[in-house]
Amino acid sequence: MKLLVAVKRVIDYNVKVRVKVDETGVETSNVKMSMNPFDEIAVEEAIRLLENGTASEVVAVSMGVQQCQETIRTALAMGADRGIHVKTDEELQPLAVAKLLSKIVEHEKPDAVILGKQAIDDDSNQTGQMLAGVLGWSQGTFASEIVLTNSKVNVTREIDGGLQTIAINLPAVITTDLRLNEPRYASLPNIMKAKKKEIVEMTPEGLGVDITPRLTTLKVTEPPKREEGIKVETVSELVEKLKNEAGVI
Amino acid sequence: MAVLVIADHNNSTLVPITLNTVTAAQAIDGDVHLLVAGNNAGSAVEAAKNIAGVTKVLHVDAPKYEYQLAEALTPIVVEQGVNYSHILFPSNTTGKNVGPRVAALLDVAQISDVVEIISSDTFVRPIYAGNAMATVQSSDPIKVITVRGTAFAAAEATGGSGTVETVAAIDDPALSDFLGEELTKSERPELTAARVIVSGGRGMQSGENFDIIEKLADKLGAAVGASRAAVDAGYKPNDYQVGQTGKVVAPELYVAVGISGAIQHLAGMKDSKVIVAVNKDEEAPIFSVADYGIVGDLFKIIPELDEELIKQDIKPH
Repeated sequence: MKLLVAVKRVIDYNVKVRVKVDETGVETSNVKMSMNPFDEIAVEEAIRLLENGTASEVVAVSMGVQQCQETIRTALAMGADRGIHVKTDEELQPLAVAKLLSKIVEHEKPDAVILGKQAIDDDSNQTGQMLAGVLGWSQGTFASEIVLTNSKVNVTREIDGGLQTIAINLPAVITTDLRLNEPRYASLPNIMKAKKKEIVEMTPEGLGVDITPRLTTLKVTEPPKREEGIKVETVSELVEKLKNEAGVI
Repeated sequence: MAVLVIADHNNSTLVPITLNTVTAAQAIDGDVHLLVAGNNAGSAVEAAKNIAGVTKVLHVDAPKYEYQLAEALTPIVVEQGVNYSHILFPSNTTGKNVGPRVAALLDVAQISDVVEIISSDTFVRPIYAGNAMATVQSSDPIKVITVRGTAFAAAEATGGSGTVETVAAIDDPALSDFLGEELTKSERPELTAARVIVSGGRGMQSGENFDIIEKLADKLGAAVGASRAAVDAGYKPNDYQVGQTGKVVAPELYVAVGISGAIQHLAGMKDSKVIVAVNKDEEAPIFSVADYGIVGDLFKIIPELDEELIKQDIKPH
């Protein structure tokens, strides 16, 4: 089977983001960028299916500015076979990304698309579900285990009450949760090899998708700050404060 | 135009976050309708029409709606949703799963995890794990929204007298089947609805050591939570996780035990009214959000706290 993985370039999860003074967004200049951690899990899952012979090819897709190719290279270094970059400097919102991915799916005809359940920048948690909707495919979201059977995938999902297992028809969209796997680090030889792998460039115009944002960000502000608290020395002092000062017990 | 809220339920009772979602809907328009799609969901419908402020309940009943699977649920939400200006889902794993699929089929954006309604087209939502708040305006004819439950009070569960309209089920290609679920059984309150939460982190060192957390939780009538590190280490199952990608909670009292306070964890609990942190590392980031901190060995402090609660005769509210 053929797999498509979608990877997003985001501010590295270790970076403490700062809101810009003019409230137009967060500071992105001179900030370390990495692959969205949930997408790393998606790439890892696809590579494992490739290595155990279930999958025959893994194609990594990213969208956005030129530097997204670095994110694709990371996926290629982990073991993906080739890359597709949809290049644009415009803002891409989840609906536009889902539509662009659906066009690539029409060309590539994968059996499944695997992607992270959410990106840690906009925290939308939408793209996979939207892609499944646009394609009319089944969706296995928040996956913590994937088992392929004949023409179906059993997906164990992390839900509020615990775990749920569903069987979904192929082709399918699968979004990854934290405990699906632990992504590998790319080895140096594989990083070198990845440099020779092919990345095809496309554009939203070429794919015939209108990417006009539907949401306008009016401002981005700091969250309300909590007052600095105090340290207490003893447990009895703590209980006294909780009872009489805070009134919560 | 009326606002449609998609109820989350288990066919007999409503999931509490549905009530918070109704409150958010009322901030948009006074005319709030609820869609209850289920299987033999009569009692959930009964609960829905009793919610204060709900004027109408749309009830669709068929076996395929039993588990709220996205593939089956989406067509009925889309069919009914086109008659509304806004479609609101609770931002829990059900709403997050179904909402974007509905939005895509309506060719509109979804506004995820809304924490404030500014006007009928402008909303505030957290980004970057709550380290920034974005105010966004939608240009779409229908606004599909998921509502962060902790940001809105729960609507009164009684006092309403909504009418019930039965809606016919819609055929769909049956792309998915429910196989089973493993739900955590607990006598304690549900995490997102609890008044008090006691959470343990990596500092607990093992799943067995959570016994002292549970003992303390029972003294306080609290739910038990865990940090991602504790869940990843296998101390507790995934549904205990509080944080950016787990559950977002805002109880009256949150006690963080052996949790260092990674950004991802803070994102899930920093709106709690009072935060207590117990950690042996006085530099731990958790202390930056804690109202009361104690530096020390949790294996000594928690049992002491337990005894102190007995001594001072503190009982759950």
